[in-house]
Amino acid sequence: MNEISNKWIGKNTVRPDGAEKVTGRAQYSSDTTMPGMIWGHVLRSPHPHAKIISINTKKAEALEGVKSVITSKDIVDFPLDKPVMLGIQDMRWMCRNIMARDKVLFHGHPLAAVAATTEAIAEKACNLIEVEYEILPWAIDIEDAIKDDAPILHDHIHFDGKPSNIAGTLEHKKGDIEEGFEKADVIIERDFKTEAVHQGYLETHSCLVSVAADGRATIWSSSQGQFMVRAMTSFLTGIPQSNIRAIPAEIGGGFGGKTIVYLEPLATVMSQKTGRPVKIVMNREDTMRASGPTSGSKSKIKIGATKDGKIVAAQGIYYLQAGAFPGSPIRGAAGCSLAPYDIPNAHTFGYDVVSNRSKVAAYRAPGAPIGAYGVECVLDEIAESLKICPLELRKINAAKEGTKAVHGPVFPKMGYIETLDAAINHPHYKAPLGKHQGRGVASGFWFNAGGESSAQLNITEDGNVVVTTGHPDVGGSRASIANITAELLGINHDRVSVLIGDTATIGYSNLTGGSRVLFASALVVTESAQIVINQLKQRAAKIWGIDEDAIDWENGEARPAGDNAGKFAPLTLAEIADKATATGGPIGAGYQVNTEGAEGGFATHICDVEVDMDLGIVRVKRYTSIQDVGKAIHPDYVEGQLQGGCAQGIGWALSEEYIYNKDGHLDNTGFLDYRMPVCSDLPMLDTVIIEVPNPKHPQGVRGVGEVPLVPPLAAISNAVYQAIGKRSYSLPMSPPKVLKIIEGS
Amino acid sequence: MSETQYLAAKTIEEAVKAHSKANGSARFLAGGTDLLVQIKSGIKKPELVIDVKKIVELNSIKELSDNEFVVGASVSGANLNRNHKFAKLWPGVLEAFRLIGSEQIQGRASLGGNLCNGSPAGDSVPALIAAGCKAIIAGPDGRKEIPIENFHKGPGKTILENGEMLVSLKFPKREINSSDVYLRMTPRTEMDIAVVGCGVNISLENNICTAARVSLGAVAPTPLLIEEASEIMVGTDLNSDVLDKVAALCMQACNPINDKRGTIDYRTKVAGVLLKRSVLIAIDRIKGN
Repeated sequence: MNEISNKWIGKNTVRPDGAEKVTGRAQYSSDTTMPGMIWGHVLRSPHPHAKIISINTKKAEALEGVKSVITSKDIVDFPLDKPVMLGIQDMRWMCRNIMARDKVLFHGHPLAAVAATTEAIAEKACNLIEVEYEILPWAIDIEDAIKDDAPILHDHIHFDGKPSNIAGTLEHKKGDIEEGFEKADVIIERDFKTEAVHQGYLETHSCLVSVAADGRATIWSSSQGQFMVRAMTSFLTGIPQSNIRAIPAEIGGGFGGKTIVYLEPLATVMSQKTGRPVKIVMNREDTMRASGPTSGSKSKIKIGATKDGKIVAAQGIYYLQAGAFPGSPIRGAAGCSLAPYDIPNAHTFGYDVVSNRSKVAAYRAPGAPIGAYGVECVLDEIAESLKICPLELRKINAAKEGTKAVHGPVFPKMGYIETLDAAINHPHYKAPLGKHQGRGVASGFWFNAGGESSAQLNITEDGNVVVTTGHPDVGGSRASIANITAELLGINHDRVSVLIGDTATIGYSNLTGGSRVLFASALVVTESAQIVINQLKQRAAKIWGIDEDAIDWENGEARPAGDNAGKFAPLTLAEIADKATATGGPIGAGYQVNTEGAEGGFATHICDVEVDMDLGIVRVKRYTSIQDVGKAIHPDYVEGQLQGGCAQGIGWALSEEYIYNKDGHLDNTGFLDYRMPVCSDLPMLDTVIIEVPNPKHPQGVRGVGEVPLVPPLAAISNAVYQAIGKRSYSLPMSPPKVLKIIEGS
Repeated sequence: MSETQYLAAKTIEEAVKAHSKANGSARFLAGGTDLLVQIKSGIKKPELVIDVKKIVELNSIKELSDNEFVVGASVSGANLNRNHKFAKLWPGVLEAFRLIGSEQIQGRASLGGNLCNGSPAGDSVPALIAAGCKAIIAGPDGRKEIPIENFHKGPGKTILENGEMLVSLKFPKREINSSDVYLRMTPRTEMDIAVVGCGVNISLENNICTAARVSLGAVAPTPLLIEEASEIMVGTDLNSDVLDKVAALCMQACNPINDKRGTIDYRTKVAGVLLKRSVLIAIDRIKGN
């Protein structure tokens, strides 16, 4: 399949969700409404850290229009002594994150919820809930959380034999770094710092839940996984999964942040209690304050190389903010940071640090941008001190087929070196630079993922095709599945409709995350299509009265395999469908499996910046991302993913950060002061698509969506150095910080 | 819960009377791009909202005599932008006004609203101060004119008393060989709030400065008129020594705060940089004319 010339795979077909979205008809979660619906509102902690002495809900309950008031008593409690894992999420933390028990652990932590006839009454009732707190000292930053006398968030978490905010560690080792550094001619060691940043999805969290009189719940919500919503809601409410139907809405952005629940269990419980459908929509402030950003970090990177540019040893020590509950993406930082390189002696170590911030959630290649930032900046310094072109330095050390990565696996055929060659030869890399401009490069890696997927492929009575899969479409999976299905069946693309099933209409499918969706769903759709093609051949065999082995499926038609098979005019898909009832009934097949064979993706980015030397403002002037995408099933969407990752990286590097005030409150909960880039902040984000097909996938697919957020932090940082002649070791490179660096104070 | 009442006033008298009667619990609504956000987020809870957009005088642009403009307090940015003569005479005022919000916001936001919101960082205010503009205020006792530099009392506070309403902004008759500029520092290129704003308005005759006004925003509790600047600038050719002196004066006048939007140190430095850049652009604009 990898080498054939394709009719539909690789074509920029019209996106199936496009017309609905541009005409405003697409149904997002907050568009959903029901007769008799009431509104929920969540009471949130005004303190970063406090013991809950008492909660009195009497006055709230007495308010006219209030139908239900709930607290942690109404949510299933998972005791602290043993983990209850659902994928990578521990329900011990999840039950406490959606509703505080005993203690509030961050400003904005939910501790009660109200459902009432209007949103305003629900909000007013929340303000009538009387909470008595014992305010505790708090720690926001990593430094404060790991001090000896730091306030401890969870007494049962121990590190080094005593209560600690270090909730976990992760280590990768290869060779002997001490020996490695002894062989080095140059060693660079630097400390780096990054701030917490939010995924910035424009659609805030929202849901509508209806629990019917028979106890069966229907959930409409914005998420990256309807099955995740079903499972977590089941865990947290005690309703069996078979009694919950979770219906995925179109999603207004997620980027990893919609891989856990915040509101669905609360609305479910309140709907259960009242018999009314309950809708909750989070506002922007609460979304920023209490839904997952990704970690801020501090790290120490040490790399040694010989005179000829061979890296002989590398070490990365990472501390990542987890927020109030354990679970920062140290695996992404420690696992991905050195993956592009073949390094004989390496060591990475990650610390998972809890503090009085909102619990982090996944964000596009979780942890990997933080990991790559320090490593790729230090490599820039190594290249400079050895007077080697930074791309050549990377080429000298590039991982390739057969390289054993520091995080364990041996790479199959993959295209990292191809991205470096493309960068070296790209006109961007040779273009002259203007005054106060600089150019930086960096590379990056993301694991990508496989996991469970299900598909159903049905032939309609009129001979067209409906494909259903189980993953919310965040980046073009429907368009890509339509291309693949049309290719496999040999029919026109516009005869294929692709739908996202809900939890009752399609088999279990793991959530949209880890850049897994197209990889996994293409596999199960391919299997389903093969079964359907066999069915079509069987039907043709019946019609012609010949053996099915004597039939080929070509260009959307059954044909006799050769002259010996008999002389029959081809039967089209429509003709076979027309006779389906007479030849055995409906034609269609499903397939479900835990997919394997996902392979990592690599990218190299080139970035030009211009710095206003008086004001410290950094503007990105030109940006080129080059990525091995395996096979671009729908190139426009692939390009969109690359550009989206770069845009988010530019925000992370230059202007986005969580700012906490002296009271431990998040101080920038709106987009005015949480500065995501706007269109005019970005240049045209150029892309180069490299295709080295994943040998373990029928169409050669690799995950695409997350890799592009890995290199930008360092690429931009290295470009700023070239522009101003001094290095920055912390993000964001905001104007006041950059001006200070320029002035050398 | 007291519900908010809404009144769409048809005359200035009606608006002023209603405001006066509400005894401090009323707010005037022009474009609403500040007020509605403040109500929604619970910062302001007015019992009465008085919409002034239906009052003709507040929504019109008048040329009293040649090159002498009065702009109604609720005229939107989009409407003012369409007046090519005003745009030619006061490019600095217009570029400041055009920085407020997105295209959609521009269809609603007004100069008067930006002024009455009372923010030290309001973009149009330094440009209006530099322009030498006056606020025409109507109240129970009739009308008065106040220079814009005297309009603000502190963050969110203006000199408007109960029952007083901003009617319009009166610009001085524009002399030839004059131009104005507004520059601001924001981390983003647009959709942002000024860390420092600087308005400059100068006149030149044979390359010699004959009049100058300099104003700064976001560096003190109220937007500032840097009065001594004109003394230093007038009579010179605005060479780099002069600009250094004025920049130093601007930096001295700064009394900013440290907050999430900028540090004292940074804001102070930026004020000097923007002053110099603004003057150079103004000179170019005059020479280009």
